[in-house]
Amino acid sequence: MQASYKQPDEQGYYGAFGGAYIPEMLYRNVEELRGNYLKIMAEPSFQQEYRLLLTDYAGRPTPLYHAARLSNKYQTNVYLKREDLCHTGAHKVNNTIGQILVAERLGKKRIIAETGAGQHGVATATVCALKGLECIVYMGEKDIERQAPNVARMKMLGATVIPAKSGSKTLKDATNEAIRDWINNPNDTFYIIGSVVGPHPYPDMVARFQSVISKEIRTQLAEKTGSELPSAVIACVGGGSNAAGTFYHFLDEPSVGIYAVEAAGCGIDTDKSAAATQLGKPGILHGSRSFLMQTEDGQVEEPYSISAGLDYPGIGPMHANLFVTGRGNFLNATDQEALDAAFELAKLEGIIPALESSHALAALKKVSFAKDDNIVICLSGRGDKDMETYMKAMGQ
Amino acid sequence: MSRLKELFERKERNVLNVYCTAGFPSPESTLPVMEALQESGADIIELGMPYSDPLADGEVIQNSSTIALRGGMTLSRLFEQLKEMRARVRVPVVLMGYMNPVLQYGFEKFCADAAAAGVDGLILPDLPPFEFEASYKVIIDRYGLDFIFLVTPETSETRVRQLDALSSGFLYAVSSSSTTGNEKDFAAVEAYLERLKSYQLKNPVLVGFGIKDQDTFSRACKYANGAIIGSAYIKALEGKTEVAAATRDFIRNVLG
Ligand SMILES: Cc1ncc(COP(=O)(O)O)c(C=O)c1O
Repeated sequence: MQASYKQPDEQGYYGAFGGAYIPEMLYRNVEELRGNYLKIMAEPSFQQEYRLLLTDYAGRPTPLYHAARLSNKYQTNVYLKREDLCHTGAHKVNNTIGQILVAERLGKKRIIAETGAGQHGVATATVCALKGLECIVYMGEKDIERQAPNVARMKMLGATVIPAKSGSKTLKDATNEAIRDWINNPNDTFYIIGSVVGPHPYPDMVARFQSVISKEIRTQLAEKTGSELPSAVIACVGGGSNAAGTFYHFLDEPSVGIYAVEAAGCGIDTDKSAAATQLGKPGILHGSRSFLMQTEDGQVEEPYSISAGLDYPGIGPMHANLFVTGRGNFLNATDQEALDAAFELAKLEGIIPALESSHALAALKKVSFAKDDNIVICLSGRGDKDMETYMKAMGQ
Repeated sequence: MSRLKELFERKERNVLNVYCTAGFPSPESTLPVMEALQESGADIIELGMPYSDPLADGEVIQNSSTIALRGGMTLSRLFEQLKEMRARVRVPVVLMGYMNPVLQYGFEKFCADAAAAGVDGLILPDLPPFEFEASYKVIIDRYGLDFIFLVTPETSETRVRQLDALSSGFLYAVSSSSTTGNEKDFAAVEAYLERLKSYQLKNPVLVGFGIKDQDTFSRACKYANGAIIGSAYIKALEGKTEVAAATRDFIRNVLG
């Protein structure tokens, strides 16, 4: 494999980022996946089942919606890629459908996952129900509280939700616990990672599954505007999977601006933030080298964001490479800016976005686009899970 | 000759390696704990460098790391403490930890400071052989440090041989593919240890994970040159102020 912005090299590196920094206890499982994922994904039977599930089960293609009133407000052309209309309410299901088919073909019987906002947990529980496989989801104790509706959904779908009680009790800690589970169950278990993070080949595999987002954008935009290429694409970045999917087929198109929006929390000049490129340094977490929020001593810092899905101290290695090479523009939005963007979209377009996606929407206030630009924003998920936070913001 | 090599030439069987977390149970207990281990009969000390996200360890060791970090433990402070180590500790000492803090400290500076303090070897479980050979081996060799890889029951024979060839000092056999502290049926791992023994590897083999008392220690020693105790000892230190007495009682119980 020749390394590019989209794809890592043979060893899983996007430039200086990526790799597979795993203990020997994980080697056989990760190696099994590395040796097989591309082969499995290329099989006609896989392709056929994957496509069928994406259309008939997940509801793809998702619409590319021209948001007229939002466009008018910002004096440009804003298109929303409606991942919020996917089955389960977010882009996460594109990836879990793909990975469950890989797991099945590797003969695995037990599925584990980590989750932050609970969307990936729900999407994993969903495909496990679909395939009749056991499902265990690790979720930070703090996230279990703030994303209660998704915890209930996972349980109804038959998954076991195990609280992660160490550290900041959020996504990072849930990921630690999932990795430990995998170490303890080396034979029958498949780990469905929810973002473009983790050891090689996970970032590449997840990016490929999410790349359906930008593939559809190209076709849909051509139908609407006559050109496949927008002026810019914008997505929020937690680990970076909806962003990887939104950017994927535009990364080698220099005319397309790439905008990634991280969670600034209370602000990047405070100690309550999750903007890994702004506050982090290169480091190793969860098996890959990337940008990581950490102390002088190399201890991982506990991030903060109002949005559970963005509350992670790192970013995927693909994004670290986009950041250092300058191919990507990295912005960040505070809790308040995300909330404002969410309320704005609700009132102008009748769409309640997920808090994560609201960070991407907040970019419209930060970058000025030209009147005839075509801007595509990934609306990665819907806001049902965040109603409690939104109600609090409305003073109720 | 390296201290580890010298040890295994002198003692081929029943080698006892005990893990302790630097700065646990209290910030200044690093050296007193090491001394107590030596006095009680430990042959090797595996000194853990506390990390916020120790993936290859279980809950007990993670908790000890959290306590050490809260107490203000850092790598710089550890090397400050270790300046006096060789005046007080004669047995071989290997540092165990994770890549990220080591990289932030500076890998070469880390090796230099470790060697200057009289540390004998390194165990960095999340440094895989590919990265080791590509970037780090030359630096580790430059400072004369041993480097110890882990093998598990799932590691193929070819790979065991590769990891053995890359290791020096000893090879660390994980006794069940599990994070430390798990109580798994010991009988299940005996076949695996038998298999490792039949390979006639270049390095001595120490069995780690799940060893907690005289019974598990002596069973592990039947198939290997010795064993490593981690979580069980850390548990014995939890909440203790008299580390010397706690250590003596614990090791006596292991060695009989
Ligand atoms: C709706 C939504 N968007 C975005 C994210 C962030 O993840 P990623 O950066 O991998 O897209 C999440 C994660 O939970 C999510 O639920």
